[in-house]
Amino acid sequence: MIHMGRFDMSRNLGRGGVAVAVVALSLVPSGVLAATAYVSNEKGNTITVIDTDKQVVTATIAVGHRPRGIVFSRDMKQLYICASDDDTIEVLDLATQKIVTNLPSGPDPELLLLDPNKPLLYVANEDDNMVTVIDLPSSTAVQQVPVGVEPEGLGISPDSKTLVNTSETTNMAHFIDTTTWEVKDNVLVDARPRFAVFTKDAKEVWVSAEVGGTVSVIDTGTHKVIKRITFDIPGVNKELIQAVGINLSADGKYAFVALGPSNRVVVIDQKTHEIIKYLLVGQRVWHMAFTPDEKQLYTTNGVSNDVSVIDIADLKVTKSIPVGREPWGVVIKP
Amino acid sequence: MKRPTPPPGSQVVNIAYLTQEADLPPARSNVQPHPNDEGKLGADLGIDDDNTTGVFTKQDFKLEAVTVPVKGDVVAAFKKLIADGQKFIILNLPAASVLQLADLPEAKDAMIFNAGAPDDRLRNADCRANVFHTSANRAMLADALAQYLIKKKWTRWLLVSGSDEGDKLYADAIKRAAKKFGAKIVDEKAWTYTGEQMRRSAESEIPVLTQGPDYQVLIAADEADNFGDDLMYRTWDPRLVAGTQGLVAADWHPAFDMWGASQMQHRFQKLSGRYMTPKDFAAWVAVRAVGEAATRTKSTDFNTIRSFVLGPDFTVGVFKGVGANFRDWDRQLREPILLAAPYTVVSVSPQQEFIHPVSTLDTLGYDKPETSCKFK
Repeated sequence: MIHMGRFDMSRNLGRGGVAVAVVALSLVPSGVLAATAYVSNEKGNTITVIDTDKQVVTATIAVGHRPRGIVFSRDMKQLYICASDDDTIEVLDLATQKIVTNLPSGPDPELLLLDPNKPLLYVANEDDNMVTVIDLPSSTAVQQVPVGVEPEGLGISPDSKTLVNTSETTNMAHFIDTTTWEVKDNVLVDARPRFAVFTKDAKEVWVSAEVGGTVSVIDTGTHKVIKRITFDIPGVNKELIQAVGINLSADGKYAFVALGPSNRVVVIDQKTHEIIKYLLVGQRVWHMAFTPDEKQLYTTNGVSNDVSVIDIADLKVTKSIPVGREPWGVVIKP
Repeated sequence: MKRPTPPPGSQVVNIAYLTQEADLPPARSNVQPHPNDEGKLGADLGIDDDNTTGVFTKQDFKLEAVTVPVKGDVVAAFKKLIADGQKFIILNLPAASVLQLADLPEAKDAMIFNAGAPDDRLRNADCRANVFHTSANRAMLADALAQYLIKKKWTRWLLVSGSDEGDKLYADAIKRAAKKFGAKIVDEKAWTYTGEQMRRSAESEIPVLTQGPDYQVLIAADEADNFGDDLMYRTWDPRLVAGTQGLVAADWHPAFDMWGASQMQHRFQKLSGRYMTPKDFAAWVAVRAVGEAATRTKSTDFNTIRSFVLGPDFTVGVFKGVGANFRDWDRQLREPILLAAPYTVVSVSPQQEFIHPVSTLDTLGYDKPETSCKFK
């Protein structure tokens, strides 16, 4: 009825082979003012490069297997890529569009976060129930912090003192002290928490729950959930409303939350926590990124294989751009 | 591999797992052996997942797993578990044994998880207030398949049933699903050949058996894998096979990788060295249900956990995009069902075209108005 044989672990689970071939479809020199978006395509094993001024794809770069979380280096010259199925983090040089080195990530890296003050990179190892801390100058893993089952979301306080990690099957936000690397507190949230982000004033951490379909706002002083934001989209089945990525606008005005297979991004008032609007985007929306001027928000749509562009001033979806297979993460640099 | 260990002084939650060895027929296909530890390894992984959380909540989940030999005494083994103080007991046993154990006076205050018997009667006339079903029942599986076939407008079915009791019950579930969703069973054929005869003559017998009826999909009712795989590519007309072989409905499948299922598959493979099966999944869900309730209530007390699992706030993530919980009218796990071919998941039911006033998940199996379950 179902194939269930024992298999050779070394062959079936060994995922050491790393594809490093780079295929630049077209190398368009980007203008000085143009911003560039990079989209990881989970099942395409590629990074799509988009000129956000012209809103066109300028290159597709072949990378390792199952690229998901991506983040820029602080000098914006490199892109760190979680190649989840290769158990590594690839470092892409953005000028040459070539993979230049790999970082030791621990198994199945899914999401990455760059420390705002220290040369540290945080990685959630989904298969291993660990958060790995990588020292960038030495390219070594300096800490592994045991957390709950299937760690994913990572948020860092503006002063770098507290790292928050969410674990999808344990359903907790773990507050990690970055001096001792100990888990100081665990806050229960709704089912399958996927993303965590601190507000700019460091007073709140917002955590999305995919299966719960909610966002919990946690007070960083008391570690209590002060608001549980729920969603109700007319005509959309409740079960399809699955909260994933969260982006908070720097001016403190809006929070955008990607609501997965409901194909909506919700706009929330960051201060009052009230819902302003639901925006229809592509299918199964995962993650988002602002353009540097915060005039636009790009969303990755995992099922429709495109990104949607949201105009922030009008709160309207203005464009969809086809990318690779199953787009997952997106980052944008000037 | 290193298994998570909650710190000393943690509060202990004991969970038991009971199964009995079965006299399995030899596997029909070399690529499809029957693992003899199905279920148990799912419970082991559930314990690890619970304890990874337990490290933070100071709750220590322990599993006592008992396998009774083929001719051994299941009742005695169950009574011993109760005497040892076990109250959360996962059973991977046939329906008759589940009923026998659930009706023992010793079982009155236990929370039994049926993680092995798909029988619809356990969710209807033979339901019990102390039995929670984490395995999908045949009606859920048949309904999940029916919804997909009807969505595809493949509504004329030829039903070929084996002679085992389970085959007949599966065929009944298929007939019920056809009636419920509007498909037509154009003809029914009984499979009467023995396996050995078939090895020699499948190619010549199956065209004869399937010649005549005007159907679109051949539905196989062969739970023990005696002949269903032989039907494929041997029918008189070029037709699809679904049911217990071909396109199957199941609550878990090794190829399933959506909604974080990849991580679950990887964890299971690391722990066990093989693929995860529906019985492993059903046992895992049972252990996780107890763990989830213990985490949420911050309690290891039996009654607190039991009440929470029965209450409106209970939900456990099962990697299917929506949380699972237990139907209050028959204690059946409410969850999506996968439709899979051997190497790929084709779809996940309920299909969105089938609507329901409360939860589309209740379009699968016995809904509240249909149930004949009355808890005493």
